[in-house]
Amino acid sequence: MSLFQVVPDHSQVNKQEIILSIRDLSVEYQTRRGVLSAIDTLSLDLYKGEVLGLVGESGSGKSTLGKAIMRMIPSPGRITKGQLIFKNQDLMAYDENQMRDVRGKQISMIFQDPMTSLNPVQRIDNHIIEAIRVHEPNISKDEALSRSESLMERLGIGRRRLKEYPHQLSGGMRQRVMIGLALALKANIIIADEATTSLDVIVEAQFLDLLRELKDEFGLTILLVTHNIGIVAELADRVAVMYAGRLAEVANVDELFHNPKHPYTQGLLRSVPNIAMDSQDLYRMDGTPPNLVMPPSGCRFHPRCPHVMDICHQKQPWLVRVDEIGEGDEQVGGYDKHLASCWLHQEYQGATQARRY
Amino acid sequence: MELTFGTICGGGLLIIGLFLLYAILTGSRSLRNYVITRLLLVVPMIWVLVTLVFVMMRILPGDPISTRLKPGTDQATLERLRERAGLDRPIHEQYWDYLTDIVRGDLGVSNNVELDRPVTEIIGRRFPATIELVIPSIILMLLFGISSGALSANRHKSTMDYAFRITSVIAYAVPIFWLGLMLQIVFAREFNILPVAQRINPGYVNEFEHRTNFYLIDTLLAGHWKAFGDVLKHLILPTITLTVALVGVFIRLTRSNMVEILQEDYVTASRARGVPERKVVYFHALRNSFIPIMTLIGLQVAVLLAGAVLTETTFSWDGLGKLLRDGIALRDYPVVQGAVVVFAITVGVMSTLTDILYAFIDPRIRF
Repeated sequence: MSLFQVVPDHSQVNKQEIILSIRDLSVEYQTRRGVLSAIDTLSLDLYKGEVLGLVGESGSGKSTLGKAIMRMIPSPGRITKGQLIFKNQDLMAYDENQMRDVRGKQISMIFQDPMTSLNPVQRIDNHIIEAIRVHEPNISKDEALSRSESLMERLGIGRRRLKEYPHQLSGGMRQRVMIGLALALKANIIIADEATTSLDVIVEAQFLDLLRELKDEFGLTILLVTHNIGIVAELADRVAVMYAGRLAEVANVDELFHNPKHPYTQGLLRSVPNIAMDSQDLYRMDGTPPNLVMPPSGCRFHPRCPHVMDICHQKQPWLVRVDEIGEGDEQVGGYDKHLASCWLHQEYQGATQARRY
Repeated sequence: MELTFGTICGGGLLIIGLFLLYAILTGSRSLRNYVITRLLLVVPMIWVLVTLVFVMMRILPGDPISTRLKPGTDQATLERLRERAGLDRPIHEQYWDYLTDIVRGDLGVSNNVELDRPVTEIIGRRFPATIELVIPSIILMLLFGISSGALSANRHKSTMDYAFRITSVIAYAVPIFWLGLMLQIVFAREFNILPVAQRINPGYVNEFEHRTNFYLIDTLLAGHWKAFGDVLKHLILPTITLTVALVGVFIRLTRSNMVEILQEDYVTASRARGVPERKVVYFHALRNSFIPIMTLIGLQVAVLLAGAVLTETTFSWDGLGKLLRDGIALRDYPVVQGAVVVFAITVGVMSTLTDILYAFIDPRIRF
């Protein structure tokens, strides 16, 4: 399966140092029809210097996870349990003021639509000055500006452009401004939430190139939230696949694309159109993503799964290691480990017949 | 230069004129065209209005002479008085004279014997009273309307939000004259802490020079502190009445705009950069919700002046609104026409002004 040209670059990744550890995180939304479980007991580690692609369909909870890391879940949603361990501290224990120091300065976020992510009545330089001065109130406006000028130059935003308003800039430029805002504060982690979705393909390619360069230059750790498998193949070191608020599979990008273990990942990869492929061959996954107010019992993917078994209706599978070293080993974590949560790949009690393919 | 109503008006118009000139000279070509077109449009607007008023006043039964004299006055006297006022001439002649007079800046002489003064002079005396009532009302209305709208939006769906929303609907629905009467009953009659009506205690009227006819300014210039305090006291109830009548729309508009803007991506983005919540709400969001509020201010000037007519009538406030109302009752053609012209110019200039300010607040707007 060589649909994608995968060029992972592990040179910058520190496989030992976990910069952010999400542990048993649950996010729920109080809705009129009941409690919507947007993220259910999710654990994921982010290693320093890596690009982790977070993929899934719309409504799988991937954007919610990005917001949850910033503790910016909009009401009526809230984080009901879990920990966010960042630099040995639990962000969940932080108060709003401490959290504000983290936002932007430690963890930064780039949003989907650069057209609407900048305040239309503020000039670009005012955005930069504000961002810097929020975190370093003693710096003068001129100082803040002169500090960011070379950075913006590096991003291809000339000095004159800084005096302009957002609507005078192109989409690609605005997205570069957003990156600049993140870099100006020297954030360690950048959460890119569908950051290229609204850009056209050429600008998108340029933007991805830039992101790759910046990652090495600034030693960034990037959480790339996207539904675009192609972007993940191009930029990510590792991939986490989300389905209905849970992780389906986590693996490094090579492994995931060539040896997907979870039926959902398999379907997802087969449903990506390819130019060399006859359009008849394009796989279409049956069914729709589940209603998360009343999620399916057991494995949330079971109503759509081609390999569904009895146990899938009853019990939720754990995220376990599925690579050669120890199949069925109930251990989460490790940079190079291939993890999946599927009954096809783990021991379970009470099952007498497991269909294997 | 002596400080009079004339010089104040002239100064105000000069500032507005300089601002418009600035907009014309520095603005883009399209802004320039827009400003010039808007200003030129004020002329036909006033023409249509004065024509309408001219026709309507003459459609109303009765004329200035018969409404003033006792029933049963003999026909000959009526005819003689009509002739003296020029009311016996063909209507198209009267209309033509009226228009040419306006162009020359002559608004005629009141038909009312008690007034019997040139309309321009009467307006010079009455318009300051209206301005003195309207400006504090606008300030209060904006302060209260925008702040409570913003608060309401910030605490979206809270008890306070509902309270403000209900208050705004009630404020919007309450008739001005009824509210005025209620305030008079409560504060003037029951508690007896504020004066019932009028601009000033009649005892003070002759104790200072009426240079500008803004009593607040005149009493200050004369250094008559007691009279100044008295004028302030007289201002309270009418100002509240006029403010309440208009504040509802502003609360609602600010609230709905803010609720929408607080969900915009750039608000989320600035939160994600660690910008404090207060700054997010009251700087980023509020400034952006000013844009539609600006438009509304321009539109509400007309409503405000209409409200001033009712407020002034309720509180026997000797302003232009009451003059207009009394003029209609007495079929005092020149006075009504004159007052309408002044109102029309005010509305025309103010709405042009707000439209141009709009372009200054929002860099995206290009005319």
